[in-house]
Amino acid sequence: MSIKALRGLLLPFVILLTGCQAVLMSPSGDVALQQRNLIVTSLLLMLIIIIPVIALTLLFAWRYRASNKNAKYDPEWNHSTMLELLIWSAPLLIIIALGALTWVSTHKLDPFRPLERLSAGRAVPADAKPLVVEVVALDWKWLFIYPEQGIATVNELAAPVDRPIQFKITASTVMNSFFIPALAGQIYAMPGMETQLHAVINKPGEFDGFSANYSGAGFSGMRFKFHGLSDGQFSQWVSQAKSDGDSLNRDVYLKLEQPSENSPVHHYATVSAGLYQAILNRCVESNRMCLNEMMTLDAKGGLGIPGAYNITSLDTATRSRLGLLGAPVNGYVGAMCSANNLDGAPFTTPTAKSQ
Amino acid sequence: MSDHPDLAKLIFGRLTWDAIPFHEPILLATFIAVLLGGVALLGVVTYYRLWGYLWREWFTSIDHKKIGIMYIVLGLVMLLRGFSDAIMMRLQQAISFGHSVGYLPPEHYDQIFTAHGVIMIFFVAMPLVTGIMNFVVPLQIGARDVAFPFLNNFSFWMTTSGAVLVMMSLFVGEFARTGWLAYPPLSGIAQSPDVGVDYYIWALQIAGVGTLLSGINLLATIVKMRAPGMPLMKMPIFTWTSLCTNVLIVAAFPVLTAVLALLALDRYAGTNFFTNDFGGNAMMYVNLIWIWGHPEVYILILPAFGIFSEVVSTFSRKRLFGYASMVYATVVITVLAYLVWLHHFFTMGSGASVNSFFGITTMIISIPTGAKIFNWLFTMYRGRITFEVPMLWTIGFMVTFAIGGMTGVLLAVPPADFSLHNSLFLVAHFHNVIIGGVLFGLFAGINYWFPKAFGFKLDPFWGKCSFWFWLVGFYFAFMPLYVLGLMGVTRRVSHFDDPSLQIWFQIAAFGALLIALGIASMIIQFVVSFRRRESLRDHTGDPWGGRTLEWSTSSPPPVYNFAFTPQVHDGDAWWQMKQHHYRRPLEGFLPIHMPKNTGAGIILAGISTVFGFAMIWQMWPLVVVSFLALLVVTIGHTFNYKRDYYIPADEVARVEASRTELLANHV
Repeated sequence: MSIKALRGLLLPFVILLTGCQAVLMSPSGDVALQQRNLIVTSLLLMLIIIIPVIALTLLFAWRYRASNKNAKYDPEWNHSTMLELLIWSAPLLIIIALGALTWVSTHKLDPFRPLERLSAGRAVPADAKPLVVEVVALDWKWLFIYPEQGIATVNELAAPVDRPIQFKITASTVMNSFFIPALAGQIYAMPGMETQLHAVINKPGEFDGFSANYSGAGFSGMRFKFHGLSDGQFSQWVSQAKSDGDSLNRDVYLKLEQPSENSPVHHYATVSAGLYQAILNRCVESNRMCLNEMMTLDAKGGLGIPGAYNITSLDTATRSRLGLLGAPVNGYVGAMCSANNLDGAPFTTPTAKSQ
Repeated sequence: MSDHPDLAKLIFGRLTWDAIPFHEPILLATFIAVLLGGVALLGVVTYYRLWGYLWREWFTSIDHKKIGIMYIVLGLVMLLRGFSDAIMMRLQQAISFGHSVGYLPPEHYDQIFTAHGVIMIFFVAMPLVTGIMNFVVPLQIGARDVAFPFLNNFSFWMTTSGAVLVMMSLFVGEFARTGWLAYPPLSGIAQSPDVGVDYYIWALQIAGVGTLLSGINLLATIVKMRAPGMPLMKMPIFTWTSLCTNVLIVAAFPVLTAVLALLALDRYAGTNFFTNDFGGNAMMYVNLIWIWGHPEVYILILPAFGIFSEVVSTFSRKRLFGYASMVYATVVITVLAYLVWLHHFFTMGSGASVNSFFGITTMIISIPTGAKIFNWLFTMYRGRITFEVPMLWTIGFMVTFAIGGMTGVLLAVPPADFSLHNSLFLVAHFHNVIIGGVLFGLFAGINYWFPKAFGFKLDPFWGKCSFWFWLVGFYFAFMPLYVLGLMGVTRRVSHFDDPSLQIWFQIAAFGALLIALGIASMIIQFVVSFRRRESLRDHTGDPWGGRTLEWSTSSPPPVYNFAFTPQVHDGDAWWQMKQHHYRRPLEGFLPIHMPKNTGAGIILAGISTVFGFAMIWQMWPLVVVSFLALLVVTIGHTFNYKRDYYIPADEVARVEASRTELLANHV
């Protein structure tokens, strides 16, 4: 019996779960759909052994009950090479099959791997450029930056149907997990690091997205809607954001990243150049050394003892201007002078250096 | 706290009156209830003048049997606390929909799920497992005690000390709001500046000393103190699984100690092992904690496997099927336990090859585990099965664990895990294996060995009530969570918007209620059994027709366990002795060399509690004083030369003669 036919056997349960809105069983994106199929196939493979085990347990318990004197009783019988061979090889065979499936599917569905198909039988067109979305998990809301469109949103995400999406994901302070069950599996969002997710939405609609890794007090409200839109609707959505949004520069970001709970949807019409890279490298404050610079320096041997004293923080004037006087003051490694900040001074002008 | 704020700060550190939750009605009511209960308990103990008895016979006892029983009492008491947390969570999630925010604000809810996990693993499952190993292993290998009896008492009290600190956090300050593994950066000083994570660190560090020492102790006992004629391949399976578990403890717990020490340094000394800045890396913590955490799962389940093996063969009145393959399966699981830790975080973004490697090693573990299930199955085959309470738990386990094992292997497929990770599906899975595997096994073990420990059986009616409430309650409580997981619901959420989820949470809450009845039945079972103890009395020492050496001695066993060290000829040593019409020796007794009780263990653990509390609240003078006190008492104890005594031959003869008389009258 082919896997497909077997899968058909499980269909009633799948439909039952669809009835109670089991999004993982009836997803709308191709990656999530392949993951669903993998779940169903693996379960079927394992049921080959699990069902007999459960049935035999109940059968033996009943048949060899003490009151059943018809059943054979053999108190010294404790070994059978045939049976031993069978009980080790049966699970082994299942695991060999499942292991092969795991190896192939893990590589095929690696979230870092660009998509090869839009859905079953439809390859990604050779000239298709993925929609890039830069995702930042903040305390406790999501920031989405669209470099191609030049906009950004808080707690709202949209993408055109059947266009590959490349998410670049990081976080501001703690670990979160970026998860839209209808679209694709999750991946952690971690500060100072970038993870990626490639996915595509095949059906228009409104889907739930949230953090799937507990991150503190506002975690339960860290939810957003993901809209699968037609190309036209998507352009409309972008121009809407451009018309009703304000601008996201480094100052605005520093205020935005302060903890808040159940944040409403917000649009930004413009985004400072390089903001995502600055967030990723933890150097939105202009007097702060970026991680990539620090790593380059360290790879060359570091700054030695003087480097240990190169600690600074956001100066009082700037904090006062940004309304952050109540927030905790974090120390960090100070920036070295660079072409656009010759003396490594803290910025005091309203616009950021790289804008 | 006084007119001299600086002095008060020096002495009391961060502790102020604000730390006492007067403003939290739920906590205040709990506190008053615990206070009244505690006062009542102390009153009863004082009224019946039990302090001296408790101190002499129990608290200072170095008898492995009494220490084992104390571990189990600790585990059961903490089960009540851990379960209260569970039922509060179930209630919150069943009502917190839409406009209703439930009755627990996030800062309270987050402490509850953290405390639930920590308590259930470290202070329920671990003490129960350690307690049963402590009680049973020396008896099964024909030994008179463990290798290091004082260390055993000390280990128990250190575990208790950790439990006391966790309980204190309920009423003084707060517990961690980080999840039970306290991942940084959330558990770092920047995100969690309060005392919660410090309670977590010091409770686990102090309890960890106890766990590690007890692991070394049992390992030495099993390796060095087996009766003559018992090579490794004739050890009872429970002893085998205990051996493997203690190997895991000795090799895994130092990793936990190290990683928590690094976290403590980050929090106290400003180092940057796991911080976001200055070169710290939180992923290191996640790896390290799971390098301990995954073996920990097998530390819990292996002894449960051992219990099922003993129970299934005893109540099928048949030799265990495939002894050798059972042993190999146990050893294979022990080794593989170290090679799978990354499956707890496939979603952290390792490459596909790394993820596949850990996914496949995880699946490989299911092969020996499957072999074990088949071995139990074929032990039942051609047996004469009696459905005593321990056997019911075993059959309940085999069915439930098969389901939990299946969902576990499913979660080991990395792309499937991307969808199911951190979901309620995952929560359902690990409760399925920990309740259906570990807890069912421990309950089977408690019912099985209770007559050995106390000389009377547990009441079967209430035992069966407890079993059925637990079993049915488990399915009601956790099957809806599998469904919710497939509906894309993640764990640790305290409020929901989607009303279609609510019914499933209500079913789960109903299941939790059934489990509550199961726990109540168990308490009633203990009370009823105690009251009916004369009719449930076991005079023979062998109430179930047992197969291993612990059933060859009296119930409860004498202090010295065996008047003569038994000579072993068979894997099922006692079964073989019975078959060959073994006769107890009735004369020729010799004085028996035994270790002497000491109060050093409880005193050291008491001082450790003070030290932990002082570290948590940063009361530096008290830290120094209590640390010095620890050193002084430890060194002082090494000068205690009155460590042993001889039970005179007359005394042994008298005890054995009274047993002979008992056997003659009743058998």
